[in-house]
Amino acid sequence: MGFVDAMGAVFNLDHPAHTVDWNFIHLSVANVVVIGLMLIVFVLAILLPFPGAAARDAARRGGGAS
Amino acid sequence: MSAASTTPPSTPRSKSWTVKVREKGVEALPPERLLPDGQPTYVASWIYVFGVASIASLIVIIASGTILALKGPAWWHETSVGHFFNSIHMWSVELFFFVMVVHLWGKYWMASWRGGRGRVWVTGAITFLVAVPAALTGYVSQQNFDAQWISTQAKDAMNSVGVGAFFNLTNFGQMYSYHILLLPIAVVALVSVHVLLVRRNGVVPPFELEQRVALTSAGAPPEPNGSPQAPTGGGVPRAATGEQS
Repeated sequence: MGFVDAMGAVFNLDHPAHTVDWNFIHLSVANVVVIGLMLIVFVLAILLPFPGAAARDAARRGGGAS
Repeated sequence: MSAASTTPPSTPRSKSWTVKVREKGVEALPPERLLPDGQPTYVASWIYVFGVASIASLIVIIASGTILALKGPAWWHETSVGHFFNSIHMWSVELFFFVMVVHLWGKYWMASWRGGRGRVWVTGAITFLVAVPAALTGYVSQQNFDAQWISTQAKDAMNSVGVGAFFNLTNFGQMYSYHILLLPIAVVALVSVHVLLVRRNGVVPPFELEQRVALTSAGAPPEPNGSPQAPTGGGVPRAATGEQS
């Protein structure tokens, strides 16, 4: 139980859940964090270049497509 | 001596239901489209990764869930290995919904129902809706205080819409049956149909590529790699999509 006790000292869960309240919207902070992460991943998926995509595109434009 | 060897070539082909199903199947989904060796270059983008990431998560969910079902609640609550597989199952579900929502957003903003792909969109949306009760029945099948809390809270929602008599969240046997048999079968069947429809219709192209193809078809100069050819998957010519192996 040593590990569990040590982690319990770091993450104290012995309290009511923290929530975000805005009009009728009532969300736990944990769910807000997950939604925020999904938005960040979505934006990064659009902006970040895919590995090898530029090389394949260059090969296609050069007539190297198989 | 077999009957086939004595049948003259001019004899009409059998029209049994197996032949009809086979011919319809091959016509709808030829082998080279069912298992292609190349994809259009526009698929080389991170936003196209989340569909297969959802399937990968689903495979981990089913594998870990099968082990949990074989071993039972005492094992997943009281042993270290049981805790491990319990956590694998729970976190793979979290990952499944995470990547499925990003997949949904990506396909929504690129209007992936274009080009006759309405059924692809609908099967994906229904899969999401069926996955929600699949997860809920899992939370109430944990056999702990968390499950009791969730089931007694969620039963009010079911009663408020009049389905509590048929879908009783406090009935462990019913919830467990839904969770390990009925809903997983529905999710896997829907995902299978979804993937087959994607194979049949092709991956939805970006908006700008579709517009460029429309201009090319209307008489504008062809692509540098060649003239537009027969449509492949959703009406985008193979030359315009730069399909590669």
